[in-house]
Amino acid sequence: MDNKPQQPKKDPRPSMPLLRQGAGAAWPICLGYFPVGLALGVLAQQASIPVWAVAMMSILVFAGSGQFICVAMLASGASILAIILTVFVVNLRHALMSSALAIHLQGVNRWFLSLFAYGITDESFAVNMTRFRDQEWSRWSALTVNQLSNLVWISSTVSGTVIGQFIPQGAFGIDYALTGMFICLLGYQLQGKIFVATALIAAVIATLWYVVIPGDSYIVAASMLAATIGFILKRRWRKK
Amino acid sequence: MRFLDYLLLFAGMGLVTYIPRWLPLLYLAHRRLPQWLIDWLSLIPVAILSALLAPILFTQAAPRAIDLGKPELLIAIPTFVVAWKTKSLGGTVIVGMALYWLVGMI
Repeated sequence: MDNKPQQPKKDPRPSMPLLRQGAGAAWPICLGYFPVGLALGVLAQQASIPVWAVAMMSILVFAGSGQFICVAMLASGASILAIILTVFVVNLRHALMSSALAIHLQGVNRWFLSLFAYGITDESFAVNMTRFRDQEWSRWSALTVNQLSNLVWISSTVSGTVIGQFIPQGAFGIDYALTGMFICLLGYQLQGKIFVATALIAAVIATLWYVVIPGDSYIVAASMLAATIGFILKRRWRKK
Repeated sequence: MRFLDYLLLFAGMGLVTYIPRWLPLLYLAHRRLPQWLIDWLSLIPVAILSALLAPILFTQAAPRAIDLGKPELLIAIPTFVVAWKTKSLGGTVIVGMALYWLVGMI
């Protein structure tokens, strides 16, 4: 294999305008993370996990679903090893996202990539992928998206532990924030019939897999299967 | 649990969360990727988002079963239209939340 890294076409240095662009793209994620982080904090408080431990968890582990599972498992008295293994399986899907992001971060130095990888979540991934594809999107703006959403995540989980129990359940439709975000991000991705076909295939497989097979394997399984079927369809359609 | 138990647990979780996000990026960003892999990976975002979203809209959680009558699904339709027309992530999130709140009050 060719080891020579491809140099990115244009790689400006970090500057305020680039960071501001990142912040502009990040605020909807922050809006979505805030209620979810609060909810996590409330659950942690109910499971009598102390505030400092919640802060430590959100700093060391930036992974919403993994953290929810951890709190639930701690509450039911699971072992440390069982929790770590479960979190590993739940977060495996990020390996796919990390691979897809590599296309847009060709030849970037390893320090930057190591810092960037920490903030790859479902939401930051989708926002950054769309921007990378559609416009001149600097890696510094992308890093800002990751780090800002991380800051909001840490502060909202901690505040949830402290003040969360005073917020009424379901206020302002906050439970729909992440769903609304996924809907819009999916809309961004529908750039032609092959993408629509892949989305439909993924939806059908994920729904059936979710109903039949316990656990969270439906995310990785359905997305890899659907991408493969979409890939084959694309080749077929191209040949005709 | 004591401080060290928490530290051990969260450090372990942090490690298994970080490695899948880090290794593929680090490895693939310094290789020339074959075209078929780029083509396949370009379908991953749409596939993952759809796979994350579909069970939220089309199923109930406990017990797991297909459910096509959820308010989440009903609200997804106008929310998608707003997303498609405005292309605004923040606007879509706010409209979706407002609709969900309204439906919850009815």
